[in-house]
Amino acid sequence: MPAILLNPHRTWLILIIATATTFWVGVEGGIGLAAGAVTFAITWIKARLVVLDFMELRHAPPLWRRIIEGWLMLVTTLMLTAYYFGPMVLPHGG
Amino acid sequence: MPVELTAPVTASDKAERHLPGDPDLWFLILAELLTFGMFFVAYVGYRAMETEVFNASQLTLDRTLGVINTLFLLTSSWAVVSAVRAARADRRQQVPRYLAGAILLGLGFMVIKYFEYSAKFAAGISLNTDTFFNFYFALTMIHLGHVIGGTVVLTVLWSNARQGAYHPGNMRGIESGAIFWHLVDLLWIFLFPLLYLLR
Repeated sequence: MPAILLNPHRTWLILIIATATTFWVGVEGGIGLAAGAVTFAITWIKARLVVLDFMELRHAPPLWRRIIEGWLMLVTTLMLTAYYFGPMVLPHGG
Repeated sequence: MPVELTAPVTASDKAERHLPGDPDLWFLILAELLTFGMFFVAYVGYRAMETEVFNASQLTLDRTLGVINTLFLLTSSWAVVSAVRAARADRRQQVPRYLAGAILLGLGFMVIKYFEYSAKFAAGISLNTDTFFNFYFALTMIHLGHVIGGTVVLTVLWSNARQGAYHPGNMRGIESGAIFWHLVDLLWIFLFPLLYLLR
């Protein structure tokens, strides 16, 4: 197998492609509110790759993996909620 | 006999389930993640209240510099992973080379951040300009502190690695430094899209 397809080289490659995609969605975007969901989804994927493959939690005791992955899910869910429902429920300031 | 049959299974299972670095360090990592997690959610919440302000101020940031810094940190994290793998495989002469690459990329991040801040200050923009810049300066400065601290740690590891200090029998130090550097990378993975891209 070519070296680039092996972890962690593959992880690095996916992270670079994901960054380019977020950049494109953010800058060229033009897909309105969906851009937010795409941005948060890609951020979650990237963070998960760093946690599992770079921080090596994929092969760590399950408890630590669950705690950190749980944090990722929670923060992503809360950010999505604030992004989509925030404008409806939060007061508008200056 | 049954002991002999079960012992290797336990040993290999233990090798598979390895928490890298100092176990205590993971509590610090968790504390950092919980703190920054609140900042990230608060940022999105405040943005919802002042969307126009956030969108206008965000446009003054240089996205290209932001994306270059993202590539710097991702690649430096890869270099640190490679250093850890080299140490585990007892390829000791490769360890300092990978660490040196990671350090240079960390320094590159600082240089770009310096230019970004200078441009903002020259334009009269500061922490107090508006809510967006409040978050931008506070979060990126705390993060920059982590980059500087992490680079110091990597430099100590590099200095030790030049003496051949890291090998399969001594992994704890390099693994701990690596975990901290990946945390720095992980936090930027959130900060970059939130501050530079989210519309």
